[in-house]
Amino acid sequence: MSDVKLIKVTVDGKEVEVPLGATALQAAELAGAEIPRFCYHERLSVAGNCRMCLVEVEKAPKPVASCAFPVMDGMKIITDSPGVRNARRGVMEFLLINHPLDCPICDQGGECDLQDQAVAYGGDQSRYREHKRSVTDKYMGPLIKPIMTRCIQCTRCVRFATEVAGVPELGAVGRGEALEITTYVEKALSTELSGNLIDICPVGALTSRPYAFMARPWELAKVDSVDVLDATGTNIRVDSRGPDVLRILPRVHEDVNEEWMADRGRFSFDALKKRRLDRPWLRQDGKLRPASWPEAFQAIATKLKGLPGDRIGAVAGGLADAESMVALKDLMAALGSTNLDCREDGAALDASERAFYLFNTSIAGIEQADALLVIGSNPRVEAPVLNARIRKRVINSHMPVGVIGVDANLTYPTKHLGVGPDALRGVMDGAFGEVLRNAKRPMILLGRGALARPDGAAVLAAAWALAQSLNAVTAEWNGFNLLHTQGGQVAALDLGFLPGRGGKDLGAMLGGGVDALWLLGADQLDPSLIAPETFVIYQGHHGDRAAGRADVILPGATYLEKDGTYVSTEGRVQRGRRAVFPPGEAREDWRILRAASELLGHALPYDDLAAIRTRLVAVNPSFARVDETPAPAALTAAPSGDAGKLGTAPFTLAITDYWQADVFARASDVMAECARAHAPTPAMAAE
Amino acid sequence: MATLDKIARSLLLTELVSGMGLTLKAFFSRKATIAYPAERAPLSPRFRGEHGLRRYPNGEERCIACKLCEAVCPAVCITIESEPREDASRRTTRYDLDMTKCIYCGLCEEACPVDAIVLGPNLEFATETREELFYDKEKLLDNGDRWEPILAARLQADAPYR
Repeated sequence: MSDVKLIKVTVDGKEVEVPLGATALQAAELAGAEIPRFCYHERLSVAGNCRMCLVEVEKAPKPVASCAFPVMDGMKIITDSPGVRNARRGVMEFLLINHPLDCPICDQGGECDLQDQAVAYGGDQSRYREHKRSVTDKYMGPLIKPIMTRCIQCTRCVRFATEVAGVPELGAVGRGEALEITTYVEKALSTELSGNLIDICPVGALTSRPYAFMARPWELAKVDSVDVLDATGTNIRVDSRGPDVLRILPRVHEDVNEEWMADRGRFSFDALKKRRLDRPWLRQDGKLRPASWPEAFQAIATKLKGLPGDRIGAVAGGLADAESMVALKDLMAALGSTNLDCREDGAALDASERAFYLFNTSIAGIEQADALLVIGSNPRVEAPVLNARIRKRVINSHMPVGVIGVDANLTYPTKHLGVGPDALRGVMDGAFGEVLRNAKRPMILLGRGALARPDGAAVLAAAWALAQSLNAVTAEWNGFNLLHTQGGQVAALDLGFLPGRGGKDLGAMLGGGVDALWLLGADQLDPSLIAPETFVIYQGHHGDRAAGRADVILPGATYLEKDGTYVSTEGRVQRGRRAVFPPGEAREDWRILRAASELLGHALPYDDLAAIRTRLVAVNPSFARVDETPAPAALTAAPSGDAGKLGTAPFTLAITDYWQADVFARASDVMAECARAHAPTPAMAAE
Repeated sequence: MATLDKIARSLLLTELVSGMGLTLKAFFSRKATIAYPAERAPLSPRFRGEHGLRRYPNGEERCIACKLCEAVCPAVCITIESEPREDASRRTTRYDLDMTKCIYCGLCEEACPVDAIVLGPNLEFATETREELFYDKEKLLDNGDRWEPILAARLQADAPYR
């Protein structure tokens, strides 16, 4: 940013240097002066319609709206004078004319910008005695509860929907007092980022429907954690009261999620109370019956002790934490088994180099890319927040985006290049090939859907070869990106939770290759594929697909109920923290494995979280670099697949229904309602 | 000289005589004590006794689960849980008041935006067990219904000073 010219301005007598083109509000913030605002938001365009940010500028005849007023060299800004205070008090009085006095029943109460700023900058009583206006409520889907009478027309929601989410479905109709924010037609907002509207609304006009009337902000215990329901690694804050998680909010992390969050991570936590496994179960005479922990462990020990190591296998699910996976891997090693797999979809991942399975460009790096080729992925449903970052880049600098595979609406203009590997083979011959060749920093985004197929290894090799041929894998820039769909996957690959020497992979294990199969939260695979004689141990938190097939069920904890380490798709190691305790007899997963190892006669050498994290670092040193992404590096190695063996079948997507994509979503009532609301409606006869 | 004066006073029992004089005076003056269960001392409209939850004249409960009383309570004796009622209005599903913790400061009444929780004039709610002093919503609403005429009159009397 050295080429930006800095100019000097004076804010309340304090001189600050700001870049040319900054606004008076930004200058004041740099100087530490607080400016009240409603419509201004750092990540949205400037609207300048609330007038709350009025300041005085020397030689200006009237107060100016600082959010929309560019500074000039030597400008003197006054943010706290009787005139400014008077102007703000006046604006506040106008805003409150039509704002209802229903704070006691408003969910925003206690964390409301209007409430806070009315106390700080408003007058002490109302002079308005006439009727207040009221507005009919709108319908915006099962997640958002609009109470439009409270709206102060800041249009943040309209700008968010249009600019960040990329769905121009919100707008303002009418003028003056009749102005209303509306969806034009009554339907649920077709975005996976709608929860953010609740956060950016400065008043209680858009509130969370599942959280309606549940709690007040001051009653909630707040725990910083990380979202694992997609692989973005969104930083979250979990608000809970007693044993209940009541809401999940995003935290600001400029390099990951900025301040946005995807709806599935935000709203599917009601699954914590639904269909939970809260005690061990044991299959007896073909039926599952409740059991105690010792009974369950005894049943496992009896079965496993008679088996040779190569007849035992383990599969880790996509939501598992690194601690439990390293414990399971060590336990399997102690039992003499190398039959491990973490790729529930059977994707042909190559873990020989970290760069082969990471989103190497990094999420923040998207903003430097100048061309993007998406192969077999729909980032909009696989990682909505990441897709918003791509959209930001496309909007700001017209980055060309080519898509090979399903031509979905990604909220920005794309060029569809074909549906299958043929298009990938011929991409450099077409017009888009020229675009990629001319790009200084091209990006290739490979989806899991393109790898979870018989020729997956060839697709991976072909995509890597393409990146190499574009000179996109250098010490300055790595444009090869793999987009995972679940937050535990990269940690599993980092730990090498893959078939070891002579080990069987998922397909071989399911098809009768093992006599005992330990499923660690593996809910994305089809349990009907497991051979009928296999003894299945299911360790997880929900009675989902796999639990019904299990012979022993060990109740585990969800990501909100345990301290865990997760690695995002860009290779960023992050720590999740426990917000609530697991229900009933459920326990943290690595502790279950530690206890089981004792009975199996191979006690694992760690007893606490610090020890197991030391073990993580010993297995892969990258676990020591918390909240860092790997630096790009030139690489001559290539994935083991043969790019020449590409098939012809069109690419499919890893996630077809966003609202039912994982074990949480399938157990959640809120997500079920979303799935219904977003289901394609059959065309009517008149259409 | 002072010593002589002191000895003379003790021998003549002056303190005893003046004390008896006071007793005799009180003997004929009006009595301050009342025959309590039958007679009552006057109560201020601001008296802070047993709590009640009031209703609107149409029978609708006033409490809207804003939780301000819960937040302001210095003894942390109020527990509220809420959710949307069938008609989508904001109501409590639980309003528990631990009378053994309550210090009768009256802040809950002051915080209440709809005059729902009030401290009534009743001071005779002693119980035999602690458990009986853990009031729930039903008990509080029942209290409110029982004392409503007096509660309304008290609020009216105090209104000019609020």
